[in-house]
Amino acid sequence: MASPIMAPTSSIFGEKMESGLISRFSPSISAHRCRKQALNRVLAVMAPAQPQRSPATTGSVKHAMTMTEKILARASERPQLAPGENVWVNVDVLMTHDICGPGTIGIFKREFGQNAKVWDREKIVIIPDHYIFTSDERANRNVDILRDFYMEQNIKYYYDIKDLGNFRANPDYKGVCHIALAQEGHCRPSEVLLGTDSHTCNAGAFGQFATGIGNTDAGFVMGTGKILLKIPPTMRFILDGEMPKYLLAKDLILQIIGEITVSGATYKSMEFVGSTVESLNMEERMTLCNMVIEAGGKNGVVPVDKTTLKYLEDKTTLTFEPVYSDDCARFIQEYKFDVSKLEPLVAKPHSPGNRALARECKDVKIDRVYIGSCTGGKTEDFLAAAKVFLASGKKVKVPTFLVPATQKVWMDIYGLPVPGSGGKTCSQIFEEAGCEVPASPSCAACMGGPLDTYARINERQVCVSTTNRNFPGRMGHKEGQIYLASPYTAAASALTGYVTDPREFLL
Amino acid sequence: MAPDFFHYRRMRLAFFSPNHPPLFSDDAPPSFLVTMSMAAAAAAAAPAVAARASKTSIYSQETRSPLSNPNLRFPTRPSFPKYPSFSRCAPEPLFLSTSPRAAVAASSPEPLFLSTSPRAAVAASSPSPTTFHGPCYVLGDNIDTDQIIPAEHLTLVPSKPDEHRKLGSFALSGLPSAAYTVPFVPSGAASTPFPVVIAGANFGCGSSREHAPVALGAAGVLAVVAEHYARIFFRNSVSTGEMFPLESEETGIWKECTTGDIVTVDLDGIRLINHTTGKEYRLKPIGDVGPVIEAGGIFAYARKTGMIASASTA
Repeated sequence: MASPIMAPTSSIFGEKMESGLISRFSPSISAHRCRKQALNRVLAVMAPAQPQRSPATTGSVKHAMTMTEKILARASERPQLAPGENVWVNVDVLMTHDICGPGTIGIFKREFGQNAKVWDREKIVIIPDHYIFTSDERANRNVDILRDFYMEQNIKYYYDIKDLGNFRANPDYKGVCHIALAQEGHCRPSEVLLGTDSHTCNAGAFGQFATGIGNTDAGFVMGTGKILLKIPPTMRFILDGEMPKYLLAKDLILQIIGEITVSGATYKSMEFVGSTVESLNMEERMTLCNMVIEAGGKNGVVPVDKTTLKYLEDKTTLTFEPVYSDDCARFIQEYKFDVSKLEPLVAKPHSPGNRALARECKDVKIDRVYIGSCTGGKTEDFLAAAKVFLASGKKVKVPTFLVPATQKVWMDIYGLPVPGSGGKTCSQIFEEAGCEVPASPSCAACMGGPLDTYARINERQVCVSTTNRNFPGRMGHKEGQIYLASPYTAAASALTGYVTDPREFLL
Repeated sequence: MAPDFFHYRRMRLAFFSPNHPPLFSDDAPPSFLVTMSMAAAAAAAAPAVAARASKTSIYSQETRSPLSNPNLRFPTRPSFPKYPSFSRCAPEPLFLSTSPRAAVAASSPEPLFLSTSPRAAVAASSPSPTTFHGPCYVLGDNIDTDQIIPAEHLTLVPSKPDEHRKLGSFALSGLPSAAYTVPFVPSGAASTPFPVVIAGANFGCGSSREHAPVALGAAGVLAVVAEHYARIFFRNSVSTGEMFPLESEETGIWKECTTGDIVTVDLDGIRLINHTTGKEYRLKPIGDVGPVIEAGGIFAYARKTGMIASASTA
């Protein structure tokens, strides 16, 4: 009780001291002043301790938080977080693959010791997927490095492949990491998932924080289970309106990237809400979140709802608690789209932001079509392509390469009946249309790869692709021209030999 | 931290002697590098200059973060590429050194030193560099990771020393040849003569592959000055300590610079000086990642702040 009274006085003294007046006082006065200060100090020591008051009990203003902020607050064990803060965050899942896994492992061992153990053998998921079906020795060696590490550390989740000649002979092998993560139940609401791949943001469709990191950060996480993150502000994208039947999620995200540019979301989180988003199935939501990185985004999120829960029903027994953006949460920017008015799009060479209407590119002659990758090689994507081929009934005019993302997708292509086809499977429809035989599941030519990679562009050719990037040399040849498109648009283009709006076949 | 090739950086010094033909004459290849034998001969012939060379070089062989300890780099071949875009101002001398002392002394540029003699690589104490100086390589907007390091080279594992070096030899090999006529790494060489890269917006966009900043660092890049960066690339540059990712205050400076212009990146003064055009540009302060870079990367920072224990030895 004494200290609050004394405090102002001592501060007055303090001010006078600082202004140098003390030197002008006579010794007796300064002695008196010093004694008074000593008195202050004694009184301060005798003052009763103030009880600690946590912010909640005082009812101090709690700022509303967005989904991303809430997820990271929970993961960093903080009640409150604001954009711009740098915090240490607990990681729930770390994913790596054959391209970056060996480098990550090298760093882990260098920094923590050759005999170090990973922070949690059940929270690391190792998925070989990029350069698998190739004769490149280093690529094959990299898968061996992953296997050695898995055995040494007794990693719970390692989706191995040994027989490169027949992917089906490898029961553990999955395929493209981001789709495998979803299909195997590693994506769960409100968790923090990091991967050594930029398209890790794909998992944001499950209402979690998911982003890509490099080898060094991953090596750090491997040893500690933590990462230093800067909290991103959130951009909100409100997508409303009935989804036209010639449009897919790929068109929506190309629309957004074209709108905000390839660096429009740098260091920001992208939140997708609205009636259209709610009407999308999980694979479509993944397509949306998958290309967040193409806008420079740190992560993407879609709120959890019945669709999410239904998808997760048979995939995981772990519990989770979804979080949602507060009503008065602050978003750095908001964009509204009336989806019913949008048209099929492409991203022209050489940028995912080089947006154009598909119908305006109808004079662009193409040499090949590629349907595959984490962005456009899921079951729903192949069902969509099959729909267009079915509607046309004709054969494709250019080589059309089909690369299912995972073993499960491959099986769906051969097993699932296509609605409205009288019981035909995708594979049958593809065969009748003259497409190539669906290939072994992997990333394949999405990012070029070793020279013998399936469907790699090795000449100066024009390709319409359901993949995610079209920078120079992306799929192999530096002068390859890649038009990014939805599966509908890709299939339509295959049928005409030119970039084609799918309404030619779907209306 | 255990000594590791990973943090072993070398800096090339060019050796200049008045007895040599001017480095920028039209007769000789306009190269600022000379052969090893010439350098050795010149070293013998010009002891005073050699003395200056050893004084101005920082040759710590200690393996720490490259940001605090660059080392002498030796050219790997006796013949050197041509740089027709180099300034022809006669004998405008150049030096490539990251010694702060030399940088301070170089308000008037010092002679060009190329020393490949191991004698020149005397280990001297080396404070953190505050300047990076040399010819720059200029890039435009949205240079993505596929251009920085094409995907076919991603089978190389950056934590293996020989593969780390190989990555450097492929740095920026994905650039379209039509737009970028001067190769960043000369054909057949393993490293670049350009220690500074000047770029436009969104540098390093695309993949999270750490091979991208690693390739640049392994090639010999000391600093990049871009308008802004893609976040994963920026993060990887900071975590690895492979090169300094700096941002310019103004936009479009890449349009005013040409590959081969001699520049100084001054960290203390937070500016980029283009000696060839005479222009100066303000840089942004390094910001939040300053402590991480100063510590030497994410691991060093985590140790420093007590987040993880000191490095255990293998």
